[in-house]
Amino acid sequence: MTDTTAPLTPPLTKKDFKSDQEVRWCPGCGDYAILNSVQAIMATLGIPRHQICFVSGIGCSSRFPYYMNTYGFHSIHGRAPAIATGIKTANPELSVWLVTGDGDGLSIGGNHMAHILRRNVDLKILLFNNEIYGLTKGQYSPTSPVGLKTKSTPMGSVDRPFDPLSFALGCGATFVARTIDSHLKHMDQVLRAAAHHKGTAFVEIYQNCVIFNDACFENFADKGVRDDKTIDLRPGEPMVFGKEHDKGIKIVGWEPRIVPAAEADVWRSDTHSPGPAFVMSQLHLDPTMPRPIGILRDVQAPIFEEAVHEQIRAATAKRGEGTLEQLIYAGETWEV
Amino acid sequence: MSTKNPGSDLPLQQQEEVVIRFAGDSGDGMQITGNQFTHTSAIIGNDLATFPDYPAEIRAPAGTRPGVSGFQVRFGSSDIHTPGDQPDVLVAMNPAALIVNIKDLKPGGVVVVNTGQFSESDLKKAALAKSPLTDGSLSAFRVIEIDINKRVTEALKGTTLSSKEVQRCKNFYTLGLMYWVYSRPLETTMKWLTEKFAKRPELAEANKLAMQAGYNAGDIHEMFQGRYEVHPCDVMPKGTYRNIMGNDALAMGLVTGAKLADLRIFLGSYPITPASGILETLSTYKNYGVITFQAEDEIAAICSALGSAYAGYLGITSTSGPGMALKGEGMGLAVSIELPLVIVDIQRGGPSTGLPTKTEQADLLQAIFGRNSEAPIPVIAASSPADAFETAIEAVRIAVTYMTPVILLSDGYIANGAEPWRLPKIEDLKPFPKAFLAEVPADGFLPYARDQYLARPWVKPGTPGLEHRVGGLEKAHLTGHINYEPENHEFMVRMRQSKVMGVRDTIPTPNVFGDSTGELLILGWGSTKGAITSAVEKLRAKGRKVSSLHLRHVWPLPKGLDKIFGCFQSILVPEMNMGQMARVLRSEFQQHNIISYPKVQGLPFRTSELVAKVESLLEE
Repeated sequence: MTDTTAPLTPPLTKKDFKSDQEVRWCPGCGDYAILNSVQAIMATLGIPRHQICFVSGIGCSSRFPYYMNTYGFHSIHGRAPAIATGIKTANPELSVWLVTGDGDGLSIGGNHMAHILRRNVDLKILLFNNEIYGLTKGQYSPTSPVGLKTKSTPMGSVDRPFDPLSFALGCGATFVARTIDSHLKHMDQVLRAAAHHKGTAFVEIYQNCVIFNDACFENFADKGVRDDKTIDLRPGEPMVFGKEHDKGIKIVGWEPRIVPAAEADVWRSDTHSPGPAFVMSQLHLDPTMPRPIGILRDVQAPIFEEAVHEQIRAATAKRGEGTLEQLIYAGETWEV
Repeated sequence: MSTKNPGSDLPLQQQEEVVIRFAGDSGDGMQITGNQFTHTSAIIGNDLATFPDYPAEIRAPAGTRPGVSGFQVRFGSSDIHTPGDQPDVLVAMNPAALIVNIKDLKPGGVVVVNTGQFSESDLKKAALAKSPLTDGSLSAFRVIEIDINKRVTEALKGTTLSSKEVQRCKNFYTLGLMYWVYSRPLETTMKWLTEKFAKRPELAEANKLAMQAGYNAGDIHEMFQGRYEVHPCDVMPKGTYRNIMGNDALAMGLVTGAKLADLRIFLGSYPITPASGILETLSTYKNYGVITFQAEDEIAAICSALGSAYAGYLGITSTSGPGMALKGEGMGLAVSIELPLVIVDIQRGGPSTGLPTKTEQADLLQAIFGRNSEAPIPVIAASSPADAFETAIEAVRIAVTYMTPVILLSDGYIANGAEPWRLPKIEDLKPFPKAFLAEVPADGFLPYARDQYLARPWVKPGTPGLEHRVGGLEKAHLTGHINYEPENHEFMVRMRQSKVMGVRDTIPTPNVFGDSTGELLILGWGSTKGAITSAVEKLRAKGRKVSSLHLRHVWPLPKGLDKIFGCFQSILVPEMNMGQMARVLRSEFQQHNIISYPKVQGLPFRTSELVAKVESLLEE
């Protein structure tokens, strides 16, 4: 018996998603690894190229759409969430991916980021966080640590940074995760989970800027220290970390504590309250604690554009599809 | 309900036209009263124009001068172009309304005063040391004093309403009275009350009782010494009419334009006075496939609309001046990626927050030039509430034909004003369906190829084989790839400019009103049309060689203006700004004598002001 449901076109490969444009990031930039990962994942999603749209703002990361052989929109600084909301609402069939950075997404575009997250538009947000403004050549960003000396902070930054995951959780995001550009296996897992989430998926990717903020994540992201200095939050699994998988996290009251692995709490990303996720997103403020990566939150909520189209369906079902006659010759009319 | 005529023994006089101004506290319901009077007058066939004038504060302190809300309506049996310069009748519900408005009343005019609101404390709230009713300051007018507070209390004695609720019916008592004076039927308002208060029938009933009581108050009618009739307008062209407000007409024009273009609407908007009505009205057209998105700010509003345009919708954003300032970068992106977008600017007084509820035309230069770099956008302007319908269709036509953002200007005067609208025949609305590129052309797909209008192809994401990227970086001619080469940049700047200036090829030369030669041509754009037309009629009746020309397309300017201007000694440009169109015309037509006539008071031009200005110019 032959399988009549088999697709007539051959399955897509990573190569199919490479555009004909020359990639113009700096040699050694973390963006290359992310682009590679995303292209590889795209090939596995079963979505044809013409149904995919990448949207970005301004910044190094925002050149991303030019390098994807899909539909793409490189917009203006900070506004990608608004553009993407318009695209996805107009055509909910499209798989929409938004690429942004710490400056684009959290500074100039912070307002739009807050609102797309609360609305729960069904699209995926990749926020490349390098804790620096790269394309404007090295000023501090809203995620730069206090004290960072940059071109605009010669005596060190006095701005308190905020944490992108805490921000997203505070906005009511239904999927919140973090990964690292140099941790390819982890990035692949997190991006796949994001791709399969229904609703807005917010993924922060620690991305190294080799030119203006090199090695800013090395004290926890480096291969040599990574296992001891990060904790991968896997929903349904114990919160265990360390090279020997010997340490764990237990939340006592509101306080996370390091405990032997056997006593670690099982991580849940779907609690009613985002409280536990928020606690974990702030974990590293205690320097003795590991940096949280993985999936902090994964819950379901109504989808914005579905609700919009449902109202249009309901209004049309009730009143019929409006005609020009009904539109214009409405209300009280009279003849002259 | 009976509409018997209790004052039928009083003389009935014919009037050609009347201007009434209803004025009261913001909470007195003057806008409703005015709108009901307007609606009834429209339905019985008068031509009319209205001018609502209300404070920016929702409820300024009661009884104070800043809290005064007014609604002026002019109705007549002849052609009406403006709401009138001076009211014949002023209805003043309290001392503040009287003192703020009395200076506008025609000498010898009638002022109806609610004496029930004239206590010491009422006078104090209006910052009046003594009552204008007794100090002789109203001697130039015929004053009709009525204690409406008491009257309405008496009329509603048998109801279960609280005394506060009873007093809220004052405006309908007043409306009933004015309906009697001007021989209008009550049915339209009765029906409106039934629908409006469907869930509170006792309120509907009370307001109806109050209105009927005002209508039946025979002893008050004596004070008017007569009753008036204003016959239906007999010079209005034949057709089906409805009464329409500018924002509603504009919203309906956008829906119609989208239908004619075979597109669906996505409106991204952020609430702002006086443009919010567009968002509110379009949100009721869901069964026309209209998506309305109340964005988090003005920038998200235009950007979401542009995103929808990329996805194949007719993207629209609506705002007023401060919002226009915020949308500038988004407009530049729309220019760069060459997608259709309609940007609606309901102008109000500025700068900054300025006069949110007052009218102005001072966003013209912002609309034409207010973006970084070379970012040409066609700009068109509605001239009246009904004209906003056609102008909105024209905005859609230009946007989709030329794949360009279009700015559609209206203003507070048009937005909230109303007039009878002669409805277009559906078969006269000519479709201009927009075709999307749906497959790879035989000679290959070029996202920035050009058609005869220099427009690029519109491709919906989701179309196989046409995957492409757009963005705000300069792009290479044809391929759309990022390109920073000097020659290419200049080529693309010139291409975008040529495309927009090419709009001139598909717009008509406007017609001169009056003779095609003469001493003076009044050139207007936007909401000044009514006042200019009235002024030209008056001046021509006096034998003046004056004509007018009104622009719908303000950028690019239509062809043929040079020739028209050459037939007049001078061109007078009245504008509710400091001379912005005059500035544009002077730069385009250096050889003509262009005289600017600015007015920036948050108020429209009066016909009499224009007449006086022209006469003083001609006598120089």
